[in-house]
Amino acid sequence: MPAHAMFRPEDIRFDVDVDPLIAELAKTLPEEGLIVHEAGRRAYECDGLSAYKQLPLLVAVPETIEQVQTILRLCHDAGVPVVSRGSGTSLSGGSLPHPQGLLLAMGKFNRIHDIDADRRIARVEPGVRNLAISEAAAPYGLYYAPDPSSQIACSIGGNVGENAGGVHCLKYGLTVHNVLELTVVTMDGELTTIGSEALDAPGLDLLALMHGSEGMLGVIVEVKVQLLPHPLTKAVLMASFDNVEHGGHAVAGIIARGIIPGGLEMMDGAAIQAAEDFVHAGYDTDAAAILICELDGSEAEVADQMTAVQDCLREHGATRIQVAEDDEAKARFWAGRKAAFPAVGRISADYYCMDGTIPRKQLAHVLRRISELSAQQGLETVNVFHAGDGNLHPLILFDGNQPGQLEAAETLGSEILQLCVEVGGTVTGEHGVGVEKINEMCVQFATSEIEQFHAIKHAFDPAGLLNPGKAIPTLNRCAEFGRLHVHHGELPHPELERL
Amino acid sequence: MTGQDQSDALVDQVIAAHERRTPLSIVGSGSKAFYGHPSPGATLSTTGHTGIVNHEPTELVLTARAGTPLADIEAALAEQGQQLPFEPPHFSGNGTLGGAIAAGLAGPARPYAGSVRDMVLGLRLINGKGEHMRFGGEVMKNVAGYDMARLNVGALGTLGVITEASLKVLPAPPATATLALEVPISACHPSTETWLRAGRPVSAVAHDGERLYLRLSGTTSAVADAVSDIGGERMSEPAARAFWQSLRDHTHPFFDTSAEPLWRISLPPGADLAPFGTTGLIEWAGQQVWLRARTDAQAIRQIATAAGGSATLFRGQLSDVSVFQPLDAVKTRLHQSLKTAFDPHGILNVGRLYPVLEAA
Repeated sequence: MPAHAMFRPEDIRFDVDVDPLIAELAKTLPEEGLIVHEAGRRAYECDGLSAYKQLPLLVAVPETIEQVQTILRLCHDAGVPVVSRGSGTSLSGGSLPHPQGLLLAMGKFNRIHDIDADRRIARVEPGVRNLAISEAAAPYGLYYAPDPSSQIACSIGGNVGENAGGVHCLKYGLTVHNVLELTVVTMDGELTTIGSEALDAPGLDLLALMHGSEGMLGVIVEVKVQLLPHPLTKAVLMASFDNVEHGGHAVAGIIARGIIPGGLEMMDGAAIQAAEDFVHAGYDTDAAAILICELDGSEAEVADQMTAVQDCLREHGATRIQVAEDDEAKARFWAGRKAAFPAVGRISADYYCMDGTIPRKQLAHVLRRISELSAQQGLETVNVFHAGDGNLHPLILFDGNQPGQLEAAETLGSEILQLCVEVGGTVTGEHGVGVEKINEMCVQFATSEIEQFHAIKHAFDPAGLLNPGKAIPTLNRCAEFGRLHVHHGELPHPELERL
Repeated sequence: MTGQDQSDALVDQVIAAHERRTPLSIVGSGSKAFYGHPSPGATLSTTGHTGIVNHEPTELVLTARAGTPLADIEAALAEQGQQLPFEPPHFSGNGTLGGAIAAGLAGPARPYAGSVRDMVLGLRLINGKGEHMRFGGEVMKNVAGYDMARLNVGALGTLGVITEASLKVLPAPPATATLALEVPISACHPSTETWLRAGRPVSAVAHDGERLYLRLSGTTSAVADAVSDIGGERMSEPAARAFWQSLRDHTHPFFDTSAEPLWRISLPPGADLAPFGTTGLIEWAGQQVWLRARTDAQAIRQIATAAGGSATLFRGQLSDVSVFQPLDAVKTRLHQSLKTAFDPHGILNVGRLYPVLEAA
């Protein structure tokens, strides 16, 4: 079990009478749409962050928007928490069930309604997998750009909830930059559309607010996304460096030349070795760091940029540059990076994936500190880095069967996230806060900011029934966390009473 | 870096107004004073709160205080070969960063380079209680907490006083060219799609009722290839720059302020433009239509809605007409409760967005 309590007393304050609710829900849902028995509920007890497990009170599997509206209205009236879930791939426990709540499993909302090739818009249900959208659009020469590494499994509704990223964000943006319109059910069962097929919609930008709101503001029942034409050409190259700092400078150099690569990824020595042992991608295992750079666009553009990028890499001390000669080689260059997580899974009993973002100029300092902090906990860390956008994924290696190692890994993870905040970054770039990083939110935000978040939540969901205990810490939680973690001699949130 | 930090004075002014429950009208350079409904109250001026706080060209990030003139920011970026991708209008030659973000208006490149909110990475903001807060940051990826920064883009200061913003900035393209083509308005969407799918570096598409104007921005060879393959008449660079700037800043003769009310219609891609007639000005390959019309506001809104878009009364008040298209009941309630969440006493730019729902 995790080192810190998943739910605080105020998160489980609800007084739920489940039998009348089940009776009412049974009038709306078919028998298989309501899971009450423990064995059935067990299947939903965790998401991609499997160290955290919690049985939901019951599970509803709706098939229609009207059913979602009815479920939410009934839960609203009965004061029952609701946690929505797509494919359950969250790495931060975003869809971890609530012990007093209903788990709303959106898996049956898996239809692609329409691929409008002429206008490049796909209209899909929220349970549709990210990759399935690109597959359906491919016959028209189109694709959906954000590609989180879980894209084969993760759902588009979850992508919106987490504002998912991927390896092409610097050039093509995050989920928030690629979604046009959402259909949403509010906690009291009302239906509305947010955003528009047009490039803007009247009023406040609720579409931006829904992105990354981790199921706290409403339940998404339909998504319209923007599709892009496939780039005409892609080139992939891989450069080796004998230290990480040179690699970081090379990235800055590429951007200083006015080039925004489609993808720009860095791996450290340990990650290179693990990936090479796993997929045999031809990675340079003598290198301290490798940079994988993908350039895309028209042939003329890519040719111009290839020359400039190679010059730049050499100037910054690349010890070796490999250019993928054909599609097979391009796929191979990417294969090692894309398999980095499972590759690490082979060399360690367990690993814990962190997700901080930092200003890139801090990379060398941050990697040095991570290695010092890891040594203090007696653990090893492997680093993969979305170098273009500063999103760092340290993978902490540990063995959950060894007493104390999970706790040490969680402590190290928390220290790494606080380091990211210290250097001007953030505790989460793309995985979300969920339950995992909720304590570290107290480090990143001041009390007035956390209160402002709660006020937003209250505006959408006054009773606090959607996904309680996630994403935004209560001030009591921050006071408790601050008691445990005093930094620079200053107590965070000093105005709060300590319990 | 240069400039002056007046945030303490701004905070004090908001706290005083909050305590006395007296409204404030937030003003930058005043270049967009015509936009939205008038809001009552004492002036809170951001123009003294200036300066570029940070510019990291190789991280594609710029942070500046709200009162910094857009022209200063663009000049600093140009020195490093960079630009604001969304081309914010400088109506009447002015405009501050805070105003550009609060209005959320973008220029000709918007469909291809992104909107204002797409480029906002973080904001500092004073809410209606006088609390000075920071949301987002200077990094490209950040999902810690709700996206307050983007929520405040286009909110016209109704949720808070923006004091500082961090933006993603992009390299200025090495080459650019503008072609004028003799094609009908109905060609805007299909032609643009053809060019985009052929990998052409399209950065703006407009139509003045007679000709389509296509701007290409990218690497030298990509622009040269596109120019020779697409044809049409190539404008001289000074003329082209002046043309696109006249669309951005509404100095083009079409926008002559003495004429009838100006409507801005926002439309889905590929919408039928025929119902809007041939006297308008088309931008964004048909996704933004400017109309001069004194006709019934209701009728314009119906046509826009039927096409899947919306209509804004951009310039020129009409009695009893909401500047922005009215919202459904659910979104009206959400707007009201969000206003209360940021500004419980209702003192900031009251009624600028929707007078009815923001009335205390």
